Amino acid sequence: MKFKSMISLASAVAVAGSLFAGIASAEDKVGFVYVGPVGDHGWTYRHDIGRQAVQKALGDKVKTTFVESVKEGPDSERVIRQMAADGHKVIFTTSFGFMNPTLKVAKQFPNVKFEHATGYKRSKNVSTYSGRFYEGRYVVGKIAGKMTKTNVIGYVGSFPIPEVVRGINATALAAKSVNPDIQIKVAWVNTWYDPGKEGDAAKALIDQGADIILQHTDSPAPLQVAESRGVWAVGQASDMHHFAPKAQLTAIIDNWDGYYVARTKAALDGSWKSADTWAGLKTGMVELSKYNDAIPADVVKLAEETRKGIIDGSVKPFAGPFNKQDGTEAVAAGKELDDGTLLGMDWYVEGVQGKLPK
Amino acid sequence: MSGMDWIVPVILTVITAATPLVFAGIGELITEKSGVLNLGVEGMMVVGAVTAFVTATVTGSYILAVLAAALSGAFMAFLFGILTLSLMANQVATGLALTLFGVGLSALIGQDFVGVPVDAIAKLNIPGLSDLPVVGPIIFGQDPLVYLSLVIVALVSWFLYKTKAGLILRAVGDSHDAAHSIGYSVIGIRYLAVMFGGAMSGIGGAYLSLAYTPMWAENMTAGRGWIALALIVFATWKPGLVLIGAYMFGGITILQLHAQAAGLDLPSQILSMLPYVATVVVLVLISKDESRIRKHAPACIGKIFHPAA
Repeated sequence: MKFKSMISLASAVAVAGSLFAGIASAEDKVGFVYVGPVGDHGWTYRHDIGRQAVQKALGDKVKTTFVESVKEGPDSERVIRQMAADGHKVIFTTSFGFMNPTLKVAKQFPNVKFEHATGYKRSKNVSTYSGRFYEGRYVVGKIAGKMTKTNVIGYVGSFPIPEVVRGINATALAAKSVNPDIQIKVAWVNTWYDPGKEGDAAKALIDQGADIILQHTDSPAPLQVAESRGVWAVGQASDMHHFAPKAQLTAIIDNWDGYYVARTKAALDGSWKSADTWAGLKTGMVELSKYNDAIPADVVKLAEETRKGIIDGSVKPFAGPFNKQDGTEAVAAGKELDDGTLLGMDWYVEGVQGKLPK
Repeated sequence: MSGMDWIVPVILTVITAATPLVFAGIGELITEKSGVLNLGVEGMMVVGAVTAFVTATVTGSYILAVLAAALSGAFMAFLFGILTLSLMANQVATGLALTLFGVGLSALIGQDFVGVPVDAIAKLNIPGLSDLPVVGPIIFGQDPLVYLSLVIVALVSWFLYKTKAGLILRAVGDSHDAAHSIGYSVIGIRYLAVMFGGAMSGIGGAYLSLAYTPMWAENMTAGRGWIALALIVFATWKPGLVLIGAYMFGGITILQLHAQAAGLDLPSQILSMLPYVATVVVLVLISKDESRIRKHAPACIGKIFHPAA
């Protein structure tokens, strides 16, 4: 009697369970793991805009969820596994340091599709994606080269990794092409996000003669400093003009919306395949915000020509000839750097000051 | 830049970088002198930062904003007091929890204020004096909070070593049983000390969101609460040294940024960790010499007080 009731109880639970499962599948879950807070104005903020785009485009068909401020490393593995176990169909992990945890969890959940931003390891159910942000930097470099009066561009760097070095080099090449006397001074702050320190770095650069501040860190503090000191600056990851209405020349915007919607749709209709996507201005993954009205028309024209040239392929940021910082030839005329070299870039081009920390 | 032109901007930047550390450090010093270790400085600072920012944008008054920041920090510290002093929870664990709580709470409060710009607190401008070369901007051209931080350090130093109340506070921190047995309210005094610490942390946070980088962004304290905690050990619990330490910690950061911008070949990672290395070295040195610890470190720090029945 007792045994029987247990069986019936168990089957009742099973039925109830499958019922719930049925309800859940009517609305597929899409998960996002963020390294920072959604209110950082920069990197994570833009990923969350992408998540909202997925929700808007697919409406009732999906339920998007996110976990913010997840530490890279073991913590992230726990979060990602929890999401996978929780029935998410697609999971976007949006920081470089989530790479190995993503792959590890992906192995245990072969039916879940994983999308890892800025990484280089893939598997059957793990895709990677990133933006060619250096294309935006190249356009910015042209503007900066024309707008500077002191011929010094200040660059607030986070960590000396290829992603950041590539941006510095793209800026230097573009700026030098319109202004041979240009110097780029770099201040590394060894953090992605510390408004105070980023602002201090901007102040130091301005005190050393920079009249344009570029940054590869996530807070709008450097722009604010530029605004208060009366020099130019360029927004990072998202449009930051409300922090520096006078100072922001333009902003390089990460736009994940299209990619996130397309990949989610593919995962839901079964056409999803593991892939590596590195897209730039052409697909709109990298965008530039509105140019500052104070930029002269000929400079805007130059910037637009550069932007359109990159899109149609006639302008290639890393096309030779150009030299490394020490004067040796990096690329000969008629050639350009391949993606492999770009992804591992650990040297400065001519025009960048200081030694690259290793 | 040539000659000595760079010195004034460097000093100005060092002052702004050091001031939040001075506030948080001097507040926590009082807390620790009473025998309580509150590791929640970071949490109290970030709540102070958001409270100050929200108050300033809503009311437009910076005085109200700083007061609100002090109150919010004191309130956070009061919560810490209830848990550790009245309910006798572990101070280390509660302090860590307070930081986590503060970071989350401030994000919640600040949700609608992300991306709102605010003007920085105005700097002092005395016609004539503020325009003097070098000393003008440095001595007569700071914002009011910088002067306040210096006044508070002086007051705390005077209070601790020249007043009876300060003596009682130190007695509570050095031997709570003795202080209790001669009739002082150990718990009451500790509540006040902890709340003063919270209020100062709150003002330190306000300095970040109103003067240093006038904006609100989640987690904008970015570890300064922890530096303040390290600072107190570095200063061997002496108010004057907290001030000097804060300017040194701030100074190292700023100088290394300037060195980089000037193209000097200094390893930025090593300079970034220098404040912490300095703290460890001081800790080792004072641990070797017991008398130094006995002289300034509160003997009862972190110990829970069980009043005899």
